[in-house]
Formats: sequence, structure tokens, C-alpha cells
Amino acid sequence: MGYKAKFRVWRGEGGEGRLEDFTVEVNEGEVVLDVIHRLQATQAPDLAVRWNCKAGKCGSCSMEINGKPRLGCMTRMSTFEESETITVTPLRTFPVIKDLVTDVSFNYQKAREVPSFTPPADVKPGEYRMQQVDVERSQEFRKCIECFMCQNVCHVIRDHEENKPAFSGPRYFIRIAELDMHPYDVAERKESAQDEHGLGYCNITKCCTEVCPEHIKITDNAIIPMKERVVDRKYDPLVWLGSKIFKRQR
Amino acid sequence: MERHEYDVVVIGAGGAGLRAAIEARQQGKRTAIVCKSLFGKAHTVMAEGGAAAAMGNVNSSDNWMVHFRDTMRGGKFLNNWRMAELHAKEAPDRVWELEAWGALFDRTKDGKISQRNFGGHEYPRLAHVGDRTGLELIRTLQQRVVALQQEDEKLHGDPEAYIKVFAECTITRLMKDGDAISGAFGYWRETGDFIVFDAPAVVLATGGIGKSYVVTSNSWEYTGDGHALALLAGAKLINMEFIQFHPTGMVWPPSVRGILVTESVRGDGGVLRNSEGRRFMFDYVPDVFKDKYATTEEEADRWYDDQANNRRPPELLPRDEVARAINAEVKAGRGSPQGGVFLDVSTRLPAAEITRRLPSMHHQFKELADVDITKEPMQVGPTCHYVMGGVEVDADTGAASVPGLFAAGEVSGGMHGSNRLGGNSLSDLLVFGRRAGAGAAAYVDGLARRPAVTGLDEVRAEALAPLERSGGENPYEVHHELQRTMNDLVGIIRKSEEISEALQVIEKLKERAKNCASSGSRIYNPGWHLALDLRNMLLVSECVAKAALLREESRGGHTRDDYPGMSAEWRRRLLVCSASQDGTSITVEEQVQPSMRGDLIGLFERSELEKYLTEEELAEYDAAVKES
Repeated sequence: MGYKAKFRVWRGEGGEGRLEDFTVEVNEGEVVLDVIHRLQATQAPDLAVRWNCKAGKCGSCSMEINGKPRLGCMTRMSTFEESETITVTPLRTFPVIKDLVTDVSFNYQKAREVPSFTPPADVKPGEYRMQQVDVERSQEFRKCIECFMCQNVCHVIRDHEENKPAFSGPRYFIRIAELDMHPYDVAERKESAQDEHGLGYCNITKCCTEVCPEHIKITDNAIIPMKERVVDRKYDPLVWLGSKIFKRQR
Repeated sequence: MERHEYDVVVIGAGGAGLRAAIEARQQGKRTAIVCKSLFGKAHTVMAEGGAAAAMGNVNSSDNWMVHFRDTMRGGKFLNNWRMAELHAKEAPDRVWELEAWGALFDRTKDGKISQRNFGGHEYPRLAHVGDRTGLELIRTLQQRVVALQQEDEKLHGDPEAYIKVFAECTITRLMKDGDAISGAFGYWRETGDFIVFDAPAVVLATGGIGKSYVVTSNSWEYTGDGHALALLAGAKLINMEFIQFHPTGMVWPPSVRGILVTESVRGDGGVLRNSEGRRFMFDYVPDVFKDKYATTEEEADRWYDDQANNRRPPELLPRDEVARAINAEVKAGRGSPQGGVFLDVSTRLPAAEITRRLPSMHHQFKELADVDITKEPMQVGPTCHYVMGGVEVDADTGAASVPGLFAAGEVSGGMHGSNRLGGNSLSDLLVFGRRAGAGAAAYVDGLARRPAVTGLDEVRAEALAPLERSGGENPYEVHHELQRTMNDLVGIIRKSEEISEALQVIEKLKERAKNCASSGSRIYNPGWHLALDLRNMLLVSECVAKAALLREESRGGHTRDDYPGMSAEWRRRLLVCSASQDGTSITVEEQVQPSMRGDLIGLFERSELEKYLTEEELAEYDAAVKES
């Protein structure tokens, strides 16, 4: 049942590092994170890796496995050949702290830049009435487990540090879309998505959708509809005329 | 050393910690949230089923009194009744408040928050979002913290002026000035650098202790930190012998053994079968619940559509009953191939309905076990899930016996008695998180002077010790042996000799833990972190084993093979754990639980109370009823 697998794991801290080779036991039904844990317990006690739930619910164990962003806890060893060397590296878009652990504070910074849920002032707790069909659109985006793999894979920032200040990334586009589609949110969302969060940088290559472990249709259901509505607002002749008249009156 | 001054330090960023921090900040206190993981990753995300709150949206007969009765029954009347009362009364407001902060629960046809059935709850009561309610709860609270930070940025130019998250930071000691709390000491996981908080009030919200067991639904964070910090600061733990083994954890593949299969599967119609295809739960309805549960499959199946005229299916008994039943079936040789029983929803609901109601279960089994739950049954068995025991607190304020120390959520004890009902955890977090935050804020307001932190040299030396040893014990091996010991000897079914044996092993492991060595640097070093966590796990395990040995009865999450019955005499006795002066050993003392207030005990029929109360208590009940 069990076999010895070949692993290459990125080890290092403080900006330096290298791939280290390991031979490690693998048993039936195991996932990559199990093997990383076995390395910790038997060969590399200080090997750094983030993890929590081990069930694909918390989004902590994001890593790159053979170059692809994956959750370590949801990547079964049976998807690899026994003879294959499995290479495990940290997320590339974020600075490495140590081994497989990266500094993801960029995401928390961006989270704080999205204005929070803004309900009408006169609705009291307990008075909210919404239909299931109306909450489902936002619920899809609220499935996000914040693994940040969509952020990691997005080519706008993956190898372009210079774009980071102006670009919030797919995780925060779905946050904005979620609020925009919330039946009770009254804040303006679409123009700020374009002007303040860099929606325009996205050219819809759908890499984010492909890596999402929750199968959220980030591009089709959040980004494209927002882009369309931004365009509608910008180029709608009535909106244009209205804004001119409004300006003149002021 | 890095030092920060705060009014309130909250340790833990799950539901209870975040709700406490939000409350303290809303009351104008400078608040720090310190957590071992990244912000938003806490164990609360794993809660699946929902938050129990008697809103009466699905069945208007529901109200706080029914919820209170269900909670007391679930806990086999050992609950702190004041906590159960506050919880039942306040849970609806706490759920509605989340909605005003942006949470999106599933809806009823008339647009209200939908509520689902769950074990031990008389009416559909759990507010939920599919089977990912915990994620919704944590995200909503996380986003509420961010909203407050945005407010502070506008007001003070600094988003972290009044509430700041210290993520990936572990507290190893609470600091005291005389009898009172003065702060906390810990290390940054990322750098290994030390950090000191000067704060007159600390709220513990660190969750549970499951990592002392091999088969558990809990993550690495659940090392009983708050329980141990409280003990070492001189506070007391109650009810530590009561541990909930959730009846349905995954049993295969081995690497995911213990991961939770939500109770919603049963709430939404799933049934348990043994290898002979029999719905065995009908054979395990205990006397105290006989009149509330169906006796035939036909009646049980009718209940889903007509709850007024039928009794509940026995699959929805409280968790302790179901876990013991599964354990007994497997022991009797009627288990599934991988040592569990079958949980089947595939023959009960259409595939589309299963994927809509139980999306993350569908995903989890597909990805991890290659099982399609719309087509075949799951294999499930008991898994260590929740500790009912915890810090003894004042129900109204969350205050522990040590001035300045507060606790809320799983780390506190009393609310759930000997067994927690599913769904009562998320509502507990919200109700008592808020109360502990308010309690801490009020305590700080009443102080004449700020206490001082002293004694940093000792706690620093304690934290560095594993790194300074070489050639000592491997912390992973010590941990593994502790997990095996607790699992095998102080698990779901217990007996005197085995518990005594466990206590001997724990003594040996305590010696070995003192000798643990961690190689590598201080930067993000999991071997070092584990070596430090061992102290906590060992202290907590000793509490569990010692209390379990003393309680000579079976009740809720404590089953003694040698004392199988429930004893009315034991019902009023709580076992209280405290640590010796040097923090190396545990003593357990008995304490009498105060009688229930007259208006609360009056909510029960005498015939029901007779199953739990002593003659003396029943006489008190008769007198109280007569008076009213």
C-alpha cells in the first residue's frame, strides 16, 4: 500500500533559499499536506507550512504543487505517479517568510480599502426581508475561503510588483460584486471598482476562476458583469447628459 | 522587547473572540485581538450546521423557553442554568445583528432567515447558510472589525487606533499584578520575537482541546491554550470530564479520519444504518427521551413533513446518544468495512437537493474520499469534537475568579452542561462573546489604577528553553503518545483502570515534555511551537483524566463502563480543577451547583424532572410550584 515518494520542497528564509530533496513515505488516501507533516515529524522539524482545518474550508495551506497553486489538504497523492518527483514551493506572488509560508498582508490591506456593507439607515436588525434567489448571487462570492490563490495566479500582479498599489485583485472584485449585489447595500460600488480597485487591469484570462477551490465563477459572475455595468455607466448617453446638466447646475 | 498598551486583550479570533473584541471596541476600549493563525482562519470556519436561535421563523411555536428546555435536556440538567437562560433569550438578537453587518443567511419563502432541524432541538431552529454557516459567521465578524477600523481611520487617521489584530502570534503566559491580570506575554510565530501586552483585562476565546486526541475534528490550534493559561493564572476549570464525541466523523481515508460530517445530513433526512442495513438508532432511544422520538421508520419519515403529529427520528437524538450507539454497533461487529457505520442521504433526497443543501459535504467526500454522496452512503464514526468543560465564569459578565480575566465560547465552561446540542455553539459564541467583551470593558472602567507587568524574565526563559536544549525529546513523538493515550484510555467509553493508567502515562509524558528540544531558528519553527503547546495539552489532559476518574456515573460526554447509570446525586456536583502553585499538577474538588431559579424550573413538568433530580430537589420544586 505505502511507497516512498520523491519530494522537492523549497526551504529558506530572509530572501534566500533552495529546493531540497526528500524521500518520504506515503500511505493510501493521503494528501500532499499529510506528506509535508510527515517530513516535519521525521526529517525537518522546523519546516514551515500554514494549515488549519485540513478539509478545504479555511484556505490556509495554499502552496504551489508542481508549479500550480493548490490547497495542500485537497491534493491527493493518488493524482501523481509513484515515480514522479513532486515539487512544492510557496505562493510566488507574495514575499516568502520561510519555506512554504508567505507574507499575505497585501490581501488584508486591500480588504480594508473596500468600503464595508452599507445598509439603509432605517432598517433595523430583524427587519431584513430577502428572497433566496436574491441572496444566492452574493452567497456564491461569500463561499470564498480566502486562500488567496486567485490573487497569487493573477498575472497582473504575479510578476508585476509595480501593479500592486493600484490593483486589488480577484478576491476583492468578488467582495465588491458581493456587496453590489446585496439586496440591502446602498453604497456606490461599480465606479469605485474601476477607479480605485483597478478592475480595468483585468483582461479576463480566467486564471483566477480556474484555481478557485470553491469553484466560484469569479470572471463570469463577478468581473464581467461589473465591467459591463461600468461601461454602461460611462458610455450611456443619458448618464453622460445627466452628469453634464448636474455639473452645470452646481 | 516589543510592548503594547491596551485596555482589553482578546486571545483568539474565532467567533467568541471577534464578538468580544467588537463589543469592547464599541464601548470605547482600545482592544487587541491576538490569534495563532491568520485573521479569518479560526476554527469557527469549520462549523457547518448553523446557529441555534429561537426566532420562530419556520415554526412560530418556538420561543426562548423551548430553547432553554432543549438546552438543559441536551446537557442532562448539569448546565449552568443562568447561562442557558441568557443564551436562549439573546441568541435571536445576536443573529439579527449579524445580518445588519452583512451576513447572508438562507431564507424562508416569506424572506426571513430560514431555520433547520437539528439533534435535540424541538423545532427547526438553526439559522444557516447551506453547510458553511461558520464561514459566514467568521467572515461577517471579520468584516465588522474591518468596518470599525475604517471608522477609526476616518475619525483618528489610523485604522488600528482602537482595534488591532495581532495575527500569527501565540500567548504563552498571562501576567499578573498581585491577584489581578496585568497583561500577556507571547511570541510572533513569524519571527520568534517576543511581545508583551500591558492590559488590565484579558478575554480568553481560544476554543478547545481536541488536539490531545488522535481522532478529532479539531485543527492544530486546539491545544487547550486558554484552559491552561487560565489554570496557570489561578483560575478554575469546571466540567472537564465532559467531552463531546461527534457521532459522524469521516473514517476513511486514514489521513482524514475524524474530519466532521455535519449533523445537517441527518437534520435534512439522512439516516444511519449498520452493515445489516438496519436503522439501528431505533434500538438506542434512552428512557429519558422515549416519549419524544418515533418508534417506527414510518413515523420518523412522516415527521419531516408533519412535525405536529409525529415524533422525531431517533437519528436526531443528542450527539452523545448517537455517538455511543455507533460505538456499540461497531463493537458488536455490525460496522462498515472501514470501521464506522453508514450514513445515507443518497436514497433520501434527490441529487440536486443534496448538492444544494449540503454543498461542502458533497465536495469534501468527492475530493477526499472519492465518494459521491448523492449516489452512495458515507462511512462515519465518532470523533473528538468539543469540550463542554472550561473556565468557570460568571454567566452575566464572563468573568473568571481571577480579577481581569474573562472567557467566552468553547474555552468557558457551564453553558452546555454535560453535552452540547448542535447549533448551540455558534449562538454561544455570539451571546457570551458579546457579554465577555462588555464585562471586560466595565471592569476596566471600574479600575482606579492600571496594574503593572512584572516577571518577564521567567516567562521568557520558559519560552526559550526548548530551543536551548540539544538532543532532547522530539516534541512530535511526545504529542503523538499523548494523543494515543487520551484516545484509547480516556475516550468515548471509560473505566477506572484505564483512566488511572492514562494518568500514569501523563506523568511520564510531563517529564519528557520538560526535556523537549527543538532544532532550527526562532523563525516560523513549528517544532518549537509544538514543544511549547505540549505544556498546555498535558495540563488539560490531566484535568480531563482526573475529573473523569472521580465522576462515578455516566452522563452526556462522560460514559463510564463501570458506572453506566446516571446519578441524581452526581447531577448537582461539579468537578472543579485548579493548578498547583508551581503549575505542575492538578487538583480536583467537588462543588455544589446552585438550584435552578423557581420560574425556570417551573418550565419543566415534574415527570421529566423525576428522571434527573434527587427527592430533596423535587420537594423544593413542589414548594416553588405551590408558591407560584
